[in-house]
Amino acid sequence: MSSTTVAHHDDHAEHPTGIMRWLTTTNHKDIGTMYLTFSLIMFFIGGAMILGIRAELFKPGLQLMNPEFFNQLIGVHALIMIFAALMPAATGFANWMIPLQIGAPDMALPRLNNWGFWLLPPSAILLTLPFTLALFGIGDGALATGWTFYPPLSVQGGIGVDFAIFAVHLLGISSVLGSINVIVTIFNMRAPGMTLMKMPMFVWGWLITAFLLIATIPVLAGGVTMLLTDRHFGTHFFDAAGGGDPVMFQHLFWFFGHPEVYIVLLPVWGFIPQILETFSRKPMYGYKAQVYSLWGIGALSVVVWAHHFFSAGMPVPALLYFMYSTMAISLPLAVLFFCWIKTMWRGSMSFETPMLFTVGWIILFGIGGLTGLVLADVAADAQYHNSYFVVAHFHYTLFAGGIMGIMAGTYYWLPKMTGHMYSEKLGKLHFWLTAISFNMTFIPQFFLGLAGMPRRIPDYALQFAEFNMISSIAAFTLGFSQLLFVYNIVSCARGGKKATDKVWEGAKGLEWTLPSPPPYHSFTEQPVIK
Amino acid sequence: MQVFRKVSLGISTILFPLSVFADYSWNFPTPATPMALDTLHVHNKFMLISMAIFVFVLAIMIYSIFAHRKSKGFKAVADKAPSTAVEIFWTLIPFAILLLIDFVIMGIPAYHSVVMMENTREKADMVIKITGSQWRWQYEYLDGDAKGVKFVSNLSTPKEQTDKGFDGKKDEHYLLEVDNHLVLPVGKKVRILITSTDVLHNWWVPQFGSSRVAVPGFLRETWVQVEKEGTYRGQCKELCGKGHGYMPIVVDAMQADEYKTWIATKKDELAKASAGADKKWTKEDLVADGKGVYEKNCAVCHQVNGAGLPPAFPALTGSKIVASPIFGADGKYLKDSHLDRVLNGKNVMPSWKALLNDTEIASVITYERNALGNSVGDVLQPSQVKAARQ
Repeated sequence: MSSTTVAHHDDHAEHPTGIMRWLTTTNHKDIGTMYLTFSLIMFFIGGAMILGIRAELFKPGLQLMNPEFFNQLIGVHALIMIFAALMPAATGFANWMIPLQIGAPDMALPRLNNWGFWLLPPSAILLTLPFTLALFGIGDGALATGWTFYPPLSVQGGIGVDFAIFAVHLLGISSVLGSINVIVTIFNMRAPGMTLMKMPMFVWGWLITAFLLIATIPVLAGGVTMLLTDRHFGTHFFDAAGGGDPVMFQHLFWFFGHPEVYIVLLPVWGFIPQILETFSRKPMYGYKAQVYSLWGIGALSVVVWAHHFFSAGMPVPALLYFMYSTMAISLPLAVLFFCWIKTMWRGSMSFETPMLFTVGWIILFGIGGLTGLVLADVAADAQYHNSYFVVAHFHYTLFAGGIMGIMAGTYYWLPKMTGHMYSEKLGKLHFWLTAISFNMTFIPQFFLGLAGMPRRIPDYALQFAEFNMISSIAAFTLGFSQLLFVYNIVSCARGGKKATDKVWEGAKGLEWTLPSPPPYHSFTEQPVIK
Repeated sequence: MQVFRKVSLGISTILFPLSVFADYSWNFPTPATPMALDTLHVHNKFMLISMAIFVFVLAIMIYSIFAHRKSKGFKAVADKAPSTAVEIFWTLIPFAILLLIDFVIMGIPAYHSVVMMENTREKADMVIKITGSQWRWQYEYLDGDAKGVKFVSNLSTPKEQTDKGFDGKKDEHYLLEVDNHLVLPVGKKVRILITSTDVLHNWWVPQFGSSRVAVPGFLRETWVQVEKEGTYRGQCKELCGKGHGYMPIVVDAMQADEYKTWIATKKDELAKASAGADKKWTKEDLVADGKGVYEKNCAVCHQVNGAGLPPAFPALTGSKIVASPIFGADGKYLKDSHLDRVLNGKNVMPSWKALLNDTEIASVITYERNALGNSVGDVLQPSQVKAARQ
């Protein structure tokens, strides 16, 4: 992204250089890059935590850590991966690509954009600081309740809970600001002629994500604030002795928590069909059907939350309602799967790294979706709930469906963002290592769950030993394979074969009409869509 | 024939590593209740349907991946979007298939399972109450012959085996063994009321197919009807703090006559304990008994040597509460005294009122005051605890 690569943006490209460029920037591409870099760093911090856990679970007995520390690692791992790795990655792509895809010069609210990003590093510090404080004898470490904050355990907990509550507040504000920016940008800054039903699918995915975030984050913020007042100011929202109900927190939390899954996945469902049409050299199938399905999933996602705690006790009609409404999500999802495969069908496919990740993504996310369908069944859920079966299920949706999707997007747009081609050989190696070790990590966990191993236990009975050992070895392979991802990104940013403007033979869309890398200020004159 | 032999040799080479896990479970453990049986059927059926969908869709995709490649010279079909009517028709097909699967093939049996699972009251033969606490289960029989039987069930795997760095041989039922098993009669429908004294717990025995969260301040219910004699094991499955992995459940299902004998022994034990509360104990006996009670119930937080795990779990050695007097001038126990804290708890410290009997509370307090590096010197009699409860 040096300012000499493109000649025609000279006078508008004045900006501070060095560190001040990154601290003060309101440029959507710079902010996008910062989001993506932050996400990658946090991905490794969260990953290191889970490798600590997999090392502890390598064999029965406690080897490395005590149960308190184990409980802290599981909760902070989840919060970091969801809030600080997955969501910022999606926001990073939104910043980079939404203006390019709709032909806008920048995001609508650039200063808000800057603020949204700079809320993230402090919240990451808040999440992890209690670990360090505990080393100096202050407090007893980080949040040890799992990422779900369930009271009364979280009312009982130490200062780690307060730190996590404030971290969630900051992350929430950041997400809401980002969402407002996305909505305003999409509604006001599209190129002339780009009607809503001509928008690229990624823009659609993000628009729905933004609405979901604005609808649900305030509920989470309210829930954790009530928790905070229960902890310190004598309220009894979640304490039966004072007329409250611990299960109410679960309703509040999952009213946010379930849509959160789709918040993370909708942007991915947006660019996956774009990657498919690029590498199938054929327009995506069922554009309208996909848009309606995305809306359908977005709408359904806010009315199914209680399937996360069927066994907490509910009246039969509520159980039935939440079961059937959850199953209904599979209907629009089936349409999406059909459209993705129909886009590939009778195309002229080639399998560069982004396409490999996309095909792998469809298969693995399919496993996540189908196991989710079974989990909706209340009676069977009594067995699956809080067992390793659920752990495996949501890693198929969030690691395969989320992170592997983000990787597909990264390889897809990296040449556009950096102006260089990455090494195709190393990219493919990264895919195969990731896909194989991911399955080897989580397939055994399905069987562990069926055999009766609960999640979040630091030590386990002897009958679970073999599968845990396989899972741990594979998890380490998976973790270390990701170093290849960083190497690919860094070496691509530093140099390599020059990328053409279009990069991919079958690429469609406005971002591919710009040079690679795009100038610091792009689309100063809006293109017209026929 | 040569070919067949080669093929079978090949298959057995592939399958050989699997035989290592021959006695390993690939599915739910053998069901012991009607509900677990139902769950297993539902699970198997749904898994088959899911696999069928998965294989079918995957087959289409894989065929396409191999057939429609650029490297094979396959040209993409005409570059035009399908008309809306055709598009709607095609996209409604997967929609309709899933509609049938979700709400008919899966939905109808799922409905019956839910109704069965939630039918806790009809034709229930007996009622028990389960109370979860950090980190143990308490069982109480509320009606029938066993009415009044009540006991606490603690993990009984030796502590050195669960300690960090233990490298010796572990027990067969490592982490899945308790001191007092819950005993249920075979073939009887048992209604279970469940609650908690502190945080959320979840009572789960995989072979029973029932799991229910214990919510403090509320009663939740579920039911089991164990069809076969035997010992069944499970665990808490709601994160409940540092001892979450250390509060297993063990249930013995017995025939009616055996069950009757068990009730008699249990009632006998309770009567003896209650009689013990009325006699006068010596300090030595209390300290000796108290050591056992302490190590079973208190050492998990306050540690075996009384050093605690500050700041969450304070030390008992040199503790102000331990050193201060228990009773005031009027003969009533003081607020924030040693006895008050053990009976009623505070913050993370649970209330032991319902979990320990008079003798156990008296002995553990006397032990804490005269061991663990403390030497207050006084004795708390079980009869004083009994009086304090009133």
